Amino acid sequence: MSKKTVLEVNDLSTHYMTSKGDVRGLDDASFEIKRGEALGLAGESGCGKSTLAFSLLKMVQPPGKIVKGTIDLDGIEVTKLTEKQARKKIRWNKISMVFQGAMDILTPVYTVGQQMKEPLKYHKGIEGKEAREICVEYLDLVDLDAELFDRYPHELSGGQKQRVIIATALLMEPDVVILDEPTTALDVVVEARIMNDLKRLKKELDNSSIFITHDLSILAEVSDKLAIMYAGWIIEIGSALDIYHDPKHPYTEKLMAAIPTLHEDIDRLEYIPGAPPDLIRPPSGCRFHPRCHKAFDKCREEVPADRMVDGVRVKCHLYPED
Amino acid sequence: MAETILKARNLTKHFDITQSFFNLLLRKQKMIVRAVDGIDFEINRKQSFALVGESGCGKTTVGKLIMKSLELTDGKLVMEGKDITEINDTAKLKAYRRVTQMIYQDPFSSLDPRFKVFDIVQEPLLIHDIGGSIEERRELVKRALEEVRLVPPEEFIDRYPHMISGGQRQRVAIARALILKPDFIVADEPVSMLDVSVRAEILNLMKDLIEKENLTYLYITHDISTTRFFSDDIGVMYLGDLVEKGKVGDVLDTPLHPYTQALVTAVPEPKPERVGRIKEIPIKGEVPSGTNVPEGCRFHPRCPYAKKVCKNKQPPEKYPYDDGHAAKCHFAGQIEYDKEQYIE
Ligand SMILES: Nc1ncnc2c1ncn2[C@@H]1O[C@H](COP(=O)(O)OP(=O)(O)OP(=O)(O)O)[C@@H](O)[C@H]1O
Ligand SMILES: Nc1ncnc2c1ncn2[C@@H]1O[C@H](COP(=O)(O)OP(=O)(O)OP(=O)(O)O)[C@@H](O)[C@H]1O
Ligand code: SF4
Ligand SMILES: [Mg+2]
Ligand SMILES: [Mg+2]
Repeated sequence: MSKKTVLEVNDLSTHYMTSKGDVRGLDDASFEIKRGEALGLAGESGCGKSTLAFSLLKMVQPPGKIVKGTIDLDGIEVTKLTEKQARKKIRWNKISMVFQGAMDILTPVYTVGQQMKEPLKYHKGIEGKEAREICVEYLDLVDLDAELFDRYPHELSGGQKQRVIIATALLMEPDVVILDEPTTALDVVVEARIMNDLKRLKKELDNSSIFITHDLSILAEVSDKLAIMYAGWIIEIGSALDIYHDPKHPYTEKLMAAIPTLHEDIDRLEYIPGAPPDLIRPPSGCRFHPRCHKAFDKCREEVPADRMVDGVRVKCHLYPED
Repeated sequence: MAETILKARNLTKHFDITQSFFNLLLRKQKMIVRAVDGIDFEINRKQSFALVGESGCGKTTVGKLIMKSLELTDGKLVMEGKDITEINDTAKLKAYRRVTQMIYQDPFSSLDPRFKVFDIVQEPLLIHDIGGSIEERRELVKRALEEVRLVPPEEFIDRYPHMISGGQRQRVAIARALILKPDFIVADEPVSMLDVSVRAEILNLMKDLIEKENLTYLYITHDISTTRFFSDDIGVMYLGDLVEKGKVGDVLDTPLHPYTQALVTAVPEPKPERVGRIKEIPIKGEVPSGTNVPEGCRFHPRCPYAKKVCKNKQPPEKYPYDDGHAAKCHFAGQIEYDKEQYIE
């Protein structure tokens, strides 16, 4: 039996209306996530990963605005919600997020427990001993001792803080959890252990997640599905196994090749010359063409449509259109 | 045979933090951070020596000791056959700093936003009275920019840091370090802040400079996956100590120390065989603080193989294969390591 779709995004575009022009942070994003599925979202800095995440929570801050598209979250059309509705109906209880750089978000004057209990009270009216029990249960899920409940943030290590934040994001049992660079500031050993936690949690809770990072190597472990972004576009999306095995888009291909290997000697690393474009005036045709080693005339003139190549969706003229 | 350019013996830096505000509040006794705690290593000419380890283990402090921007608490440093431990007079220090340069981690804050690329790169020339006229200095700066492939240099020389990309900024930082034609560069996390695609370009560039400019690097990084490509030798630090050292290939393929084993296992790799699988990291707990270094083997509270001897006795440096590959573990060479170990 195929699993239920919990999130379906269609043609979603979010732009930032600045005095210099509209920054096209996200353009025409479409994808879906099923129950229990983990989507890994990767791409270079500034390609629109966080913009996509904030859009899904209806939390894009001005001058940003969702300008097009739909977000169906378990039957609720997110793009139509007012701020108040979004807070009451979806945030934390249907979709939650671990924000990029979140370790600094914990308020220093409140204990871990005081901060964790807050959403329980707001959404479910659960307080006191019962709230404490639930929090401790979730601390345990991320491998933290109950004793941490009464500690202040400065008494925790970076890895412990990040775990507290992850536990808090899971507390309301949302259908979808978004993790925006949750391990980027952490050391590899701590990172690996948090990744272990996340994998275990996925099995136990059967929730869906979106894991955002610029580091393609860590996504291999946590993703069922992989989406690669470039300059506001999702340029390749499909099963993680397929994409790691045989990346189709020239950008994905180079991105993979740029990562050095641990157990093989190599003389030179591949790299992608140039820098990502200005998103106020993105390049004509394919946004990647100025840096692409396979670009030809059509790439400069025509925006490539999405097409299916061996089960993977790719936005590139190199492959025949559907 | 490789020739040693830098030799460190019992290199030690302890910070006394008793007086810091926070400790006064807590009325703590004397507190010493054993940031670098008596380490030995050699770096060979025209090679790159990688220094890896988790945050706070003492990597940057080693770099600063070599740069002579921190005083040694104990030990000895020999550069090019000369004992540099005790040089303190300004003239000698200045001469030393001309041949030893440092590149810092963050290309976003290490360049002063108020200065143009020209001013940033020419600053070392001014400090060392090189290049008489501004025209001469502009020529030297242009050549340095060409060296790091910021071409044509005219296009970059009058820009401010905010007008160039992160990768270009890091190249400006490298150009600045190169302009005095140093022999030795301490590169402290030079690519950590950059995207993978740009990171690869900068590492290629820095590697080419070894041959072109007769450079030697101390390459400080927490990103072990880059060391196989960029370095010849590697040292692994844990809590102020150098717990393993050797050829990069040897250390990464057959790590001897349980800490190195955990560290190498934890490195994520973008390979299809890793999709949906995860490697168990055997070590538990957090790194203790540098003020509270465990007795015996400093890794023993977290070590899955710890025996009684580990609690009581500091492990000596062991060379189980009689080559340059060494580890400070009582059981070095006796612990099996399987790099393809997955849970489930
Ligand atoms: N408030 C804003 N005003 C104007 N432009 C913005 C704003 N926020 C983001 N942008 C732009 O939108 C684009 C996408 O940014 P976003 O933060 O989504 O990228 P990202 O992929 O999350 O990057 P990173 O990996 O650095 O976190 C970038 O070009 C960014 O400069
Ligand atoms: N000036 C100082 N005064 C007191 N303690 C210091 C000082 N500089 C560094 N330390 C301490 O010495 C230890 C080693 O610090 P160091 O900066 O060398 O670590 P590192 O390995 O470079 O870490 P990172 O990867 O986070 O840069 C840490 O515990 C740090 O807090
Ligand atoms: S469409 Fe053309 S320019 Fe774009 S990625 Fe494909 S080949 Fe390269
Ligand atoms: Mg982001
Ligand atoms: Mg450092």
